[in-house]
Amino acid sequence: MLEIRRLKKSYGDAHAIGDLTFTIGEREFVCVVGPSGCGKTTLLKCMSGLLAPTAGEVVLDGTLVTRPPDEMALVFQEYSRSLMPWMSVRKNVALPLRHRSKAERAKLVDEAVEAVGLTRFMDRYPWQLSGGMQQRVAIARALAYQPQILLMDEPFASVDAQTRADLEDLILEVRERYDVTIVFVTHDIDESVYLSDRIVVLTPSPTTVKEILDVELPRPRDQVETKELPEFARLRAHVYRLIKREEARVAQ
Amino acid sequence: MKRLGAVLEVVVPLALLALWAAWSANSDTFYYPPLTKILETFNETWVFERVGSDVVPSLLRLAAGYAVAVVIAIGVGIPLGLNATARRAAAPIVEFLRAIPPPALLPLAIVVVGVGNSMKVLIIAFVCLWPILLNTIDGIRGIDPTLNETTRVYGVRGLTRLRLVTLPAAAPQIFAGMRTSLSLAVIMMVISEMVASTNGIGFFVLQSQRSFAIPEMWSGIVLLGILGYLLNLLFTGVERRVLAWHRGAHS
Amino acid sequence: MAPLVAVAGALGLWELLTRSGILNPDHVPPMTDTVAELVRLLGESSFWSAVGSTLQGWALGLGIAAALAIPLGILIGSSATAYRGVRFVVEFLRPIPSVALVPLAVLIYGVGLESKVFLAAFASFWPLFVQTLYGVQDVDPVATDTAKSFGLSGFERLFRIKLPSAVPYIATGLRISSAVALILAVTAEIVIGSAGLGREINIARQGGAVELMYALIITTGLLGWALNIVTTRAERRVLHWHPSQRQVAA
Repeated sequence: MLEIRRLKKSYGDAHAIGDLTFTIGEREFVCVVGPSGCGKTTLLKCMSGLLAPTAGEVVLDGTLVTRPPDEMALVFQEYSRSLMPWMSVRKNVALPLRHRSKAERAKLVDEAVEAVGLTRFMDRYPWQLSGGMQQRVAIARALAYQPQILLMDEPFASVDAQTRADLEDLILEVRERYDVTIVFVTHDIDESVYLSDRIVVLTPSPTTVKEILDVELPRPRDQVETKELPEFARLRAHVYRLIKREEARVAQ
Repeated sequence: MKRLGAVLEVVVPLALLALWAAWSANSDTFYYPPLTKILETFNETWVFERVGSDVVPSLLRLAAGYAVAVVIAIGVGIPLGLNATARRAAAPIVEFLRAIPPPALLPLAIVVVGVGNSMKVLIIAFVCLWPILLNTIDGIRGIDPTLNETTRVYGVRGLTRLRLVTLPAAAPQIFAGMRTSLSLAVIMMVISEMVASTNGIGFFVLQSQRSFAIPEMWSGIVLLGILGYLLNLLFTGVERRVLAWHRGAHS
Repeated sequence: MAPLVAVAGALGLWELLTRSGILNPDHVPPMTDTVAELVRLLGESSFWSAVGSTLQGWALGLGIAAALAIPLGILIGSSATAYRGVRFVVEFLRPIPSVALVPLAVLIYGVGLESKVFLAAFASFWPLFVQTLYGVQDVDPVATDTAKSFGLSGFERLFRIKLPSAVPYIATGLRISSAVALILAVTAEIVIGSAGLGREINIARQGGAVELMYALIITTGLLGWALNIVTTRAERRVLHWHPSQRQVAA
């Protein structure tokens, strides 16, 4: 569905992304992990059409991506800066739906907000909500938009551990309900194994694909049971060692 | 200590007024009539004798000039804020024009437009333009890039984006500029009336001085003070309502 | 590049509109004539004397305002109680347009330099005073507490912590007050007839010497621009290390 072909992004002499190639299939949940500073955010921006690559291409359903495609939604890491402070939750979620009919819009907004569990807070303003709740609003907005593919840029990084666990489960539920493809960037290894069908492990800059692993853990996932499985520990350790080795290699 | 502060807040202004009243009651200087006399004259003149003949024309000119300035400044500020090349091109011209001390423009306005109402409205508008323009530009430039990226991702474009995202985001800064322009508007209203007018509060104050009607002159000065204060209050009230979200987000 | 093109374009447009008669040359003289007049003025001693008079009024007015506003601001700002007592009065007096006092100034000081200085000083006092007040108030309480715990006396705290913290605000206040002082100086010259560029502008208008009038107005613009640049640079220097408060850009 989404193909990244030999993607390269440089800023002058600084090669953020060296040569990236991988594919995302329909309805997959793919996590992208890597050491810090490996250009994960740059990758997402290129994938979403916000940034033009220096070389290579991003192809969505056979069409080249040159600007943010309609079928794609992006959830930013800094949720507080991506929500409009002058709009209520309802209006924020409805923002991308301007060209729909009023009835359709209301239905989509209600469903999305209900899916993230914030129906009671429809008419509140972002600054009245906690960090975790704000990120849910951002997710609701992405969902209401009805994208085919959802890109998420370390969305739970700025949230405390317990809230993060809740949000992880939320995104899994939402994926079931909306049947959407998800590309999830994170630096949290546990999270990447817990959530995904496949993990793409990146190298430090200039970034390339180190390895792509299949995650064959049973669904539905559970914060306790899944994490107790030996396969979980094995995958987790594998990814961890890959990343540590890469970091050590660069440090030399 | 806090209680003392609250008390002082009320007591000090009253004490100053009382002081003024007492000191001026005893003085028989021509220039500083007793406060009581000033208040008496104020009552006679402005409540509501000369409201129609002087206050209304002044306020109308003020409102018209200010409104024109707001519309043009925001209208020009938005494209300049969004386009770096246009902004760089316009920068020296804007910097020069806004540095001209407004009173120096009065003779120019008189030469070009004459001494009627349009001259006053024009010069108020010209002077009030710059703070709003500059702040509109700054406000738009200062919009968080994440907000802009959000609109790009979710396909919010054109006029919708301008109306729902760009303008509200720049609004706090624009309001700051509008506040400065409000005081400039009052100043230019008064000066233009002193220099070339046959009515208005500024005209009245100067005329009173020239005909040595000193209590009347003072009453006009007091009125201008009250006017300045009330306009400010009104502006703050409007700003609070429009920018309620901003206060909440930044508390 | 772009600014040069824009300026050249604007000047060219001015010349075109006036030479072609679209703009009445009695109202707006051609650009080249105005520039020629301006150049001529640079050689006239009476011109420089007028510039000097304006600058004199500006300097004295700003100087007196600063001499009063900064110490008073520091004094009152340092005491929360004093600040509250004064606050309402300041908020009431501040919006009074200083130009309202022009007739009063004439009455008391006549039509000379004293009137001009009085008006410039009165008007430029307020922005500077208020900025100084804010500056002294805005000290990080953690810094003050740290100083107290190290045993610094009230006086030392004032000099070592409050003043440096207030300096950027004072710099901003000076920038604003400088502009205000210039405006009031020129106001006095135009409305009252004190010596200076404003008076010359009036005389030029009354005598129908349009090019001269425009040239003089441009001079005041250049003067304002120059003062702006100087005070803005000074302000920036002082602000570069301080998380600057986002104030009005005018």
